[in-house]
Amino acid sequence: MYVIVVGSGKVGLNLSRELIAKGHEVTLLEADRRRYLVVEEELEHAVQYGDATELWVLERAGIQRADLVVAVTGDDEDNMLVCQVAKEKYLCERVIARVNNPRNLQHFKLLGIQPVVSATDLILRLIEHEVPRYGLVHLLALEEERLEIIELEVQEGAPAAAKRVAEVALPEGSLIISVLRDGRGFVPTPETVVEAGDQVLLVLDSGLEDQITPVFAPD
Amino acid sequence: MFVLIVGAGRVGAAVAKRALARGHEVSVLDEDPLSHERLVEVEGRTWEDAGGIFTVGTALEVDALIEAGVQRADVFIASTDGDNTNLTVAQIVKRRFGIEKVLCRVMDPARAAWYAEQGLHTISPTQHAIEMFEQALGAEEE
Repeated sequence: MYVIVVGSGKVGLNLSRELIAKGHEVTLLEADRRRYLVVEEELEHAVQYGDATELWVLERAGIQRADLVVAVTGDDEDNMLVCQVAKEKYLCERVIARVNNPRNLQHFKLLGIQPVVSATDLILRLIEHEVPRYGLVHLLALEEERLEIIELEVQEGAPAAAKRVAEVALPEGSLIISVLRDGRGFVPTPETVVEAGDQVLLVLDSGLEDQITPVFAPD
Repeated sequence: MFVLIVGAGRVGAAVAKRALARGHEVSVLDEDPLSHERLVEVEGRTWEDAGGIFTVGTALEVDALIEAGVQRADVFIASTDGDNTNLTVAQIVKRRFGIEKVLCRVMDPARAAWYAEQGLHTISPTQHAIEMFEQALGAEEE
């Protein structure tokens, strides 16, 4: 696979190293002369100097034959525009953009740039996951398909506690797909009894969350 | 007409003052509070006394755009000193707020041309300079 990585900060450089080690062809683009000279000592011809938001820089890097463009600079506007041009002008099928400021996520979506990776967002999710008091963890959101997978803790006295899966009153469009108990997970049958303290994973149509949380929390 | 200008540099400020003098309602958004100084003295009055609006904030902050009046803007001008900021904010206001007349300054002639093909009204001072130099050169040769 031929990958163009834009931005040779810590993310871009480490990513390029890993991709090269896995046998991929990589061109890393760096707009800052001093940073370029540092990175060039290690990556040699695999790094090029230039501002990837300029078309000729992308063309020199061989954008026409790139299988994937990854924009991971520290500037959201640059990442957005590099991906937009790669997709729409050079018809590169796959792009991945880094979102530095989570508030800019809406702008990436508006310009049709996806997938995006936001470190802040990922860490927030991890915090949610590590701190069950938050109650609900979003594990996965398939936005195009309008499906979500969430994790919930079954609390003492909740309507679902001590009930068989078949008896748990869930709205249509949702399903318990696994139960985590005592550090291990399993796929329940309709006969499995949900206990207080269990973590349950549910798949649901987007937007059903508010109807589901009360089932696993006491009144 | 309500004109919203993002970026009060030499170009943005001059366009803002002229639009105000022509009787338009004009709002300017810039991240630098000091850029307000470029707007003083519109026909002997301060920017605000002359009816102008000035908001401090960055182009990609939706709250700042809203505060500056993007929801009722008839014309939007992106004239910050960054091509990437201008291209991003111009596309965002067009898509999100449905403003039809969006003008965008792009120094890089290559991208100004490509985004123009995509339906964005770009203005490239660099391209104009190139053409004027070429013309002047041509006149010398004759």
